[in-house]
Amino acid sequence: MSNHYVNDFPILQKTMNGKRLVYLDNGATTQKPLSVINAVQEYYAAFNANPHRGAYELSVKATQIYEDAREKVRKFLGAEKTSEIIFTKNATESLNLLAYSYGMTFINPGDEIVISIAEHHSNIVPWQQVAKAKGATLQYLYVNEAGILTDEEIEKKISSKTKIVAVTQVSNVLGIINPIEKIVHKAHSVGAVVIVDDAQSVPHFSVDVRALDVDFLVFSGHKMLAPMGVGVLYGKEHLLDKMPPFLSGGDMIEYVWEQDTSFAPLPAKFEAGTQNVGGVLGLSAAIDYIEKVGFSNIEQIEEELIHYAIPKLWQLPFITLYGCDDLSKKTGVISFNVKDIHPHDVSSILDADGVAIRAGHHCAHPLMQYLGVNATCRASFYFYNTREDVDALINALGRVRGVLGYES
Amino acid sequence: MNLSEIYTEIIAEHNKSKRNKKQLENPTVILKGRNPSCGDEIELALKVEKNIIQDASFTGVGCAISQASTSMMIDLIRGQTIEKAQLLIDTFLGMIKREITEEDQLEILDEAVALQNISNMPARVKCAVLSWHTLESAITTEEGKTSESSQSSH
Repeated sequence: MSNHYVNDFPILQKTMNGKRLVYLDNGATTQKPLSVINAVQEYYAAFNANPHRGAYELSVKATQIYEDAREKVRKFLGAEKTSEIIFTKNATESLNLLAYSYGMTFINPGDEIVISIAEHHSNIVPWQQVAKAKGATLQYLYVNEAGILTDEEIEKKISSKTKIVAVTQVSNVLGIINPIEKIVHKAHSVGAVVIVDDAQSVPHFSVDVRALDVDFLVFSGHKMLAPMGVGVLYGKEHLLDKMPPFLSGGDMIEYVWEQDTSFAPLPAKFEAGTQNVGGVLGLSAAIDYIEKVGFSNIEQIEEELIHYAIPKLWQLPFITLYGCDDLSKKTGVISFNVKDIHPHDVSSILDADGVAIRAGHHCAHPLMQYLGVNATCRASFYFYNTREDVDALINALGRVRGVLGYES
Repeated sequence: MNLSEIYTEIIAEHNKSKRNKKQLENPTVILKGRNPSCGDEIELALKVEKNIIQDASFTGVGCAISQASTSMMIDLIRGQTIEKAQLLIDTFLGMIKREITEEDQLEILDEAVALQNISNMPARVKCAVLSWHTLESAITTEEGKTSESSQSSH
């Protein structure tokens, strides 16, 4: 049972090692539809100029393309103003911007920054840097055995000392959806700001920043069909306004004197230097594609895939699953291990069957330590995946132990 | 890529074997080797006396390639001089980089020649060489100690 979306993705027509490519590493990056590839190509073939700088028509057109994309992202996230949408390189840069601009300015000795144990390194390391530099403490929200952040843990860890809560909406390892509304409610009650890493959620379900009432939200374009090298930071205007610039240079200024500079208003204040306009146009085309497919459709496809895949994995006695107890709180991410076999060997053996999965620590060392594993295998779905892809994964997994001389 | 070229019986056997995977009694040098990209980590222990590697062992976690490579390396260096161990390191790394391809030259690697085809899997080369680089560092550490002690005896 294939789905017609596959036809829009040139790379999914390829073969790997003589087999049809079964791409199950969407948590790392998604493939790109032809409409996105064409949008980027068209930008460089027809519209390339430096936006905000020239008075000639091409530059005006490039500016229009860039600012239209910002408006599209604003609508996509349900933000109030386009000034609240900052283009960055990726979620990592967005988080670094927040750590260095907001964190280094507003965190004081004795303050607490709360993150979860299930964060990607990009939402851990910048906060460690802030905590070390400012004499603050990094507090962790620990998930329970099922991988879930409980109300008790949220109540216990977020306190009057908390100034920033930075959490992922969906764990990149477990695919579990965190209770952002509860976290926001608790954090705001103690006067803390909430930063949400949406790299693993924005591609998979509808997110409304005003409904969630988050203060900041970040994501990467490349995990949602867009090119690599473009990301977004959403921030409430009054917060972005009081933050100092992160990078400085061209286009983020109002006026520069020999010894001083006045900064441009939002969003330009946070967009120093020539931006990835082609990438931003690609992101715009990606949003168009996703909206055409529709989030209700995307959610339904991913839900069907995990409900099809996980019971099949349960039947394999040599598979250990992580964070798969409650499928209702989950996106299409499955972390697992094969008994006696290291994830890198699993990945190499599956690769011979054309099945691409991620193996390793998934940039989440603290979570791996907490789970008591060195590494896991991760299969992550997107809407272009099919039951055939799941079957290919299950069949290939059946071969893994035999290749290394173990009984199946 | 042909899986049977990589995951040979010898690799599978060494991966399962616990012969060299244990704590060493009275080691003279212990060194950790880490693959930052995958988080895998081995700890190599050597007992060097009078320029001879009397015994060696390892602990830690890793994939079949790294575990087998380490186990085969220990078989090769046990009872050998430091100079011979260095020659084995140079030959093994040369084989992986495809700089050494002559069968005569590779003969000293014995079973470890089974890892020759890993150069067809660039993503896994680092797994095969982890323990060899660790051994090289361990030898340097050991030699440093020797020269220190000989200096202090003057």
